[in-house]
Amino acid sequence: MARNIQSLERAAAMLRLLGGGERRLGLSDIASSLGLAKGTAHGILRTLQQEGFVEQDAASGRYQLGAELLRLGTTYLDVHELRSRALVWTDDLARSSGESVYLGVLHQHGVLIVHHVFRPDDSRQVLEVGAMQPLHSTALGKVLSAYDPVAHSELMEAERKEFTARTISDLDALEGVLDLTRARGYAADVEETWEGIASVAAPIHDRRRMPVGAVAVTGAVERVCADGEMRAGLIAAVRDCARAVSRDLGAGWF
Amino acid sequence: MTDAHTAGPFIAAIDQGTTSSRCIVFDRDGRIVSVDQKEHEQIFPKPGWVEHNAAEIWTNVQEVVAGAIEKAGITRDDIKAIGITNQRETTLLWDKNSGEPVHNAIVWQDTRTDALCKELGRNVGQDRFRRETGLPLASYFAGPKARWLLDNVEGLRERAEAGDILFGTMDSWVIWNLTGGVNGGHHVTDVTNASRTLLMNLHTMEWDEKICDSIGVPRQMLPEIRSSAEVYGAVTGGKLGDILGGIPVASALGDQQAALFGQTCFSEGEAKSTYGTGTFLLMNTGEKPVNSYNGLLTTVGYRIGDEKPVYALEGSIAVTGSLVQWMRDQMGLISTAAEIETLALSVEDNGGAYFVPAFSGLFAPYWRSDARGVIAGLTRYVTKAHLARAVLEATAWQTREITDAMTKDSGVELAALKVDGGMTSNNLLMQTLSDFLDAPVVRPMVAETTCLGAAYAAGLAVGFWSTTDDLRANWRRAAEWTPNMAAEARDREYKSWLKAVERTMGWLEDEN
Repeated sequence: MARNIQSLERAAAMLRLLGGGERRLGLSDIASSLGLAKGTAHGILRTLQQEGFVEQDAASGRYQLGAELLRLGTTYLDVHELRSRALVWTDDLARSSGESVYLGVLHQHGVLIVHHVFRPDDSRQVLEVGAMQPLHSTALGKVLSAYDPVAHSELMEAERKEFTARTISDLDALEGVLDLTRARGYAADVEETWEGIASVAAPIHDRRRMPVGAVAVTGAVERVCADGEMRAGLIAAVRDCARAVSRDLGAGWF
Repeated sequence: MTDAHTAGPFIAAIDQGTTSSRCIVFDRDGRIVSVDQKEHEQIFPKPGWVEHNAAEIWTNVQEVVAGAIEKAGITRDDIKAIGITNQRETTLLWDKNSGEPVHNAIVWQDTRTDALCKELGRNVGQDRFRRETGLPLASYFAGPKARWLLDNVEGLRERAEAGDILFGTMDSWVIWNLTGGVNGGHHVTDVTNASRTLLMNLHTMEWDEKICDSIGVPRQMLPEIRSSAEVYGAVTGGKLGDILGGIPVASALGDQQAALFGQTCFSEGEAKSTYGTGTFLLMNTGEKPVNSYNGLLTTVGYRIGDEKPVYALEGSIAVTGSLVQWMRDQMGLISTAAEIETLALSVEDNGGAYFVPAFSGLFAPYWRSDARGVIAGLTRYVTKAHLARAVLEATAWQTREITDAMTKDSGVELAALKVDGGMTSNNLLMQTLSDFLDAPVVRPMVAETTCLGAAYAAGLAVGFWSTTDDLRANWRRAAEWTPNMAAEARDREYKSWLKAVERTMGWLEDEN
């Protein structure tokens, strides 16, 4: 068996030491109980602190477990929280683009629509919250698969149905599309899922830069595309919207 | 926001609210160009008392207006008018010579005039002035608050009778300051704010001399009552005079009426409901004030210039969003307000549980101060998820009780309910609402309907928009929920809810 990494073992020992009750320990206590030099202990503590696993009390200088550690086991973004943060931005996107807007998250091998803003004309439309979309052919699905490794592995295993002549079902070709998605920061679906319908989507990240969802504008292909390509203004608007929601969730600039 | 807007012109709206002052700049399509906001201090001198420092509020208003103009990157030439909407009923008296408030403003939630209102009811009770004003004698309304100040600030009554003191709700205070303050500021209020004082006659739209005398408010300190959409004056002097001098100040509407206007509820029978901490439902009843026999308020919806006033029925629910907050903060069952939906969706129904949040008694349509909150129908089967569902259903049933009362009073069936406010992001709640009302529930694309209403009224006054039809054309449906519940199930559930409501009454024994 390969040798263990000593500094990780020491870090784990420190976390155990700080765990159990409301414990706050000074640097010398930690160093002596683990039999470490103060400098070594301090280096490890500083790294743990940067990652949020340990916090230092400003007044006493003592260390305690950090909030990040508590989040590890239970953390996921509530989709209803996501919707409430996204509401104003997605309204504005629908209004400026004149098309309908969808917010999707990964759910059971597909994309679950968690928010839908109607196209701002007077036509009758049905709220599609709760509907599922496929991962491999929709703009939302491609964005989630490109950024979220769990979605990516779901995509590998899922049945990739050819909805139209333009649907890409071949894995190698899809990997190329996902590479392009990551490089460009958005994904498109021009009649790959529904005839006559095109869509563009961009990723939403939370404060830990985890991909938590995607936002898309969807409309008739003749309105949202020019010369077979998604209109540039629309792509910019979707990316701006996704960035604004991410910012509201606490993600920094990236 | 997400894209570059076309060049102006624009309308600015000030929302002088309970916790903050905001300014939003709108374009011709009713889209938001920029926003600035600043909170002010909530002052609690005694239990039940709530005050605001009006000087702080005026400073904040100037800052947010300047801030919103700066963020929009525009100048005075791009702004066609400024409109105002405000927390209703909050009362201020100030010295017209110095421009200084004589006391902190008394906020609408403040209950110090409870005893005074009882006393003013004499042998008739709280409906003594209802025929003329449309309101019960309750501590929210402005008139008795003014009387309290005159009784309790030394020497104030003499100064008021000498004509040195001005009365106003926050619209009056902001307009007076905007239009020059001590240097010729216009002392006006609009019909919607005046209709919340208990001093205005709903039928004549003038101060009611008899009631003013009965409540003890000298008429010389009252502002002139104007329409909700007309030019009251121009921005003059002060910090804002430098950047916006000469811009017409052209609308004033109480916040809930502004939301009715912003939701473009211009036809009889159209209604809006704003879901915040509490909920306010207003229904347009056209050109006639409808007396309520079911515990609603009769109020002015709006009046555009010389046109006839449009009236409204109003029902409020004290506890809606605050019940979700209570589940989060007091019970610790959820960690964010949005999680109530997640928890509620983990079960199919309420498991037989009903939650009536009569935390401070029952409001419309019951008005029972002896009631207290109840969770009814508990069995071992009930989980916190069922309670989460009961919490959301409580908001929907309370809305249903108000719309039922409105239908009884007005004879008009609700065709659809337009909703706004923070809780509209709760999809399950909106669907439940539609199911319980058996009517479509519609959310507009601009969430800021209050500011938008003030902007619309100001824009109409200066010809920026020419008719209310122009405004309707701006209204966009962002989402619509349609009923999906069997009639028998709805009736059965409603019956259970009403049984639970009954269980809340008479909890306090020394009242009623």
